[in-house]
Amino acid sequence: MMDIFNILISESFWAASLRISTPLIFGVLGALLCEKSGVLNLGIEGIFVAGAMSGWLAVWLGAGLLGGVMVAALTGALFGLIHAILTIPLGLSQHVSGLGVTLFATSISYFIYRTALPNVTSPPRIEPFRPIDLPIISDLPFFGPVFGQQTAMTWLALLMVLVVWYVLYRTPLGTAIQAVGDNPNSVDAQGLSVYALRVGAVVAGSSLMALGGAFLTMSAFDAFFFGMVNGRGWICIALVIFASWRPGKALLGALLFGAFDALQVRLQTEVGSFVPGQVFLMAPYLLSIVALIVAARRADYPRALLVPWFKGER
Amino acid sequence: MSAKNVLSLLSLSKRFGTTLANDQVTLDLKRGEILALLGENGAGKTTLMNMLFGHYLPDEGSILISNAEDKMVPLTPGHPQAALAAGIGMVHQHFTLAENLTALENITLGSEPLWALGTNKVKVREKIEKIIKRSGLKVDLNVAVGRLSVGEKQRVEILKALYRDAKILVLDEPTAVLTPQEADLLFKNIQAMTLDGLSVIFISHKLREVLEFSHRIVVLRNGKKVGEILTCDADEKIIANMMVGEDAKVLKRTKLKVGQSLLSLSAITLKGNSLRNSLSDISLVVHEHEVLGVAGVSGNGQSVLAELISGLSFPNLGEIKIGSNRIDKPSPMAMISAGIGRIPEDRHRDGIVGSMTVAENAILESLNDPRVQRFGFLRQEAMTDYAEKLCEAYDVRGPGVRFPARLLSGGNIQKLILARVFEKLPSLILANQPTRGLDLGAASDVERRLLDARNRGAGVILISEDLDEILRLSDRIMVMYSGELKEVSSRNREEIGMLMAGKNK
Repeated sequence: MMDIFNILISESFWAASLRISTPLIFGVLGALLCEKSGVLNLGIEGIFVAGAMSGWLAVWLGAGLLGGVMVAALTGALFGLIHAILTIPLGLSQHVSGLGVTLFATSISYFIYRTALPNVTSPPRIEPFRPIDLPIISDLPFFGPVFGQQTAMTWLALLMVLVVWYVLYRTPLGTAIQAVGDNPNSVDAQGLSVYALRVGAVVAGSSLMALGGAFLTMSAFDAFFFGMVNGRGWICIALVIFASWRPGKALLGALLFGAFDALQVRLQTEVGSFVPGQVFLMAPYLLSIVALIVAARRADYPRALLVPWFKGER
Repeated sequence: MSAKNVLSLLSLSKRFGTTLANDQVTLDLKRGEILALLGENGAGKTTLMNMLFGHYLPDEGSILISNAEDKMVPLTPGHPQAALAAGIGMVHQHFTLAENLTALENITLGSEPLWALGTNKVKVREKIEKIIKRSGLKVDLNVAVGRLSVGEKQRVEILKALYRDAKILVLDEPTAVLTPQEADLLFKNIQAMTLDGLSVIFISHKLREVLEFSHRIVVLRNGKKVGEILTCDADEKIIANMMVGEDAKVLKRTKLKVGQSLLSLSAITLKGNSLRNSLSDISLVVHEHEVLGVAGVSGNGQSVLAELISGLSFPNLGEIKIGSNRIDKPSPMAMISAGIGRIPEDRHRDGIVGSMTVAENAILESLNDPRVQRFGFLRQEAMTDYAEKLCEAYDVRGPGVRFPARLLSGGNIQKLILARVFEKLPSLILANQPTRGLDLGAASDVERRLLDARNRGAGVILISEDLDEILRLSDRIMVMYSGELKEVSSRNREEIGMLMAGKNK
């Protein structure tokens, strides 16, 4: 017990939690934005891969870190647009289209990586984002080491929580996005375009997802390799339900998952000798399932989620 | 009236596939006028209004609307934005409200630039409160719309239009979901607003409110304008004839001596998962040759009462008797074999299987009948013949019995269900909202058949929100409110309306 306690009060544990949470924060915000407008985006897993690969490749080709982030966001927007066109004006099944986007984005990313670098055995490295030393915060006792070790992308993720919250709840655009996810006819009757709002939300949400992927190759690691996304996208889909489609709770859910994951790694080394390591690997997923069961009963689904809408049919 | 025109529809036509939904309809609206648009289902009323609002593009014709300088200018067709900007506000039959947003957010939705960084809620609220004061449409602006009552939601819809400075308000069946009191209040508010220069077009099936509250009546039939009359010159008979195009048959309910008890519920209490699904200490009895009308606004326990009688819900306390037999374990099978025929409330969901053919739906409750089944196999030919005869006898019109039932119109689906139920000569019929959403012709057909069944000796439990229908058909009337059921001896609209709203005088 003492071991766990010591881990929980250690600075490195919380710094790691925040780092592990970062891609999830991007992903869960992106998924939340899509779903608030009424569109489930199961392309998220593939968009993570595409964001990770394209952002890294851009930097490797010399675009610079900022350029890499932009390329990743654009790549996400592009795959989001494919999903949006298939599901919104064409009204295809959001499940099928989303899974299709995941398969397509994943394989084309691998394909481009292989074509661009046909003869490498070990993945080439880039110079990733460095931790930012913030003047006052770094000197604080506990918070300094926790927040002083984070890169610009983690700060961007935290900023995006505020931005998404503000847009959704404090601007006319956000009101319209919430309305289109609840009853598209309400938006149509007020003279706004259901299609434009939904396509916009899905494209923007997909960009955020791609940034989650880009964090992996440009901040957490410094290279791209196959299978590195490893289900993070799917976790985000579950976290949105856990968060009951609220940005603040989404941040909380992502942090919680990140903390479980960080704890798991440490427990493996501490008590790993008599409990198989796989048990700890499972822990974050098991705990997120339990959290979902508790939270999902009260979940406040957008009423028009998954329901296609066609102009003129009422 | 010598007021100026604010709107002219000039020979509008709209075609959907091979059907002509609107055929050269011309219509004028004056300032401060309340115009009632009447017609059967499918007569083209909603299509016409959707063209006015820009949801549909007319195939022919044009729309003129008065501008700020009182000149009549053409309206860009097919653009809701243009219609809104020109001062047309539309309140749809099905509410177009986002239930997760507050009334305030619903009202302002789309009226501000989307890319604004914030909203000035104080100024917006002031404007809405001014409108509320002038019109009398009281609503709590801060509550999520999903938690408002139906009447309040309706008011939010109208406020939405007024907030956009509507000069012309179009209401598509505004009272379909309101209690009589709420409906009267709505029209009183509308009358007050017309004094400020608002012009109103409303679509309705209810002749009473049309005669009471409109200035002029326009009747559509089969997409054509077939009549126009000042309300002061009209009465129910004249309008009904215009709508149907022939002398409307008046239902006659002759007094009959009731027979023995068919179904009795005594002191039934049922605790559902919410108040609207609970019954508290209700008793009722239905006899042969009797229609028992259960009036009430939906959501007061009618659905669970219907489920109880269908054997789908079980009481916590109390006794159910069919004839003189006590039913201890109610189940749908027990109720059907006891001779109860059911006309479900939601005919699309519970009445038919839309993807199955009309013929399959027709035999759904008689699968063991040797006329359609032999050794466990359906006899396709016999089934088709049987269904065709049934459809002819009950005037079910549609593409044919081999086509999916979902292709039928609402009225024809209801006739198909009626045919299926009545063909088994049930001793007791449970009719839950049997004419909801049906037009005058189809509704009076359904009502006539219910009375025929009663005359033949069956008992009928008629659950309906339409008080006029209850008064027309019922031998005895009970009112349901908040899970309680009270018998009323009076046939006074006011008095029953008060009970429906939960007020005891």
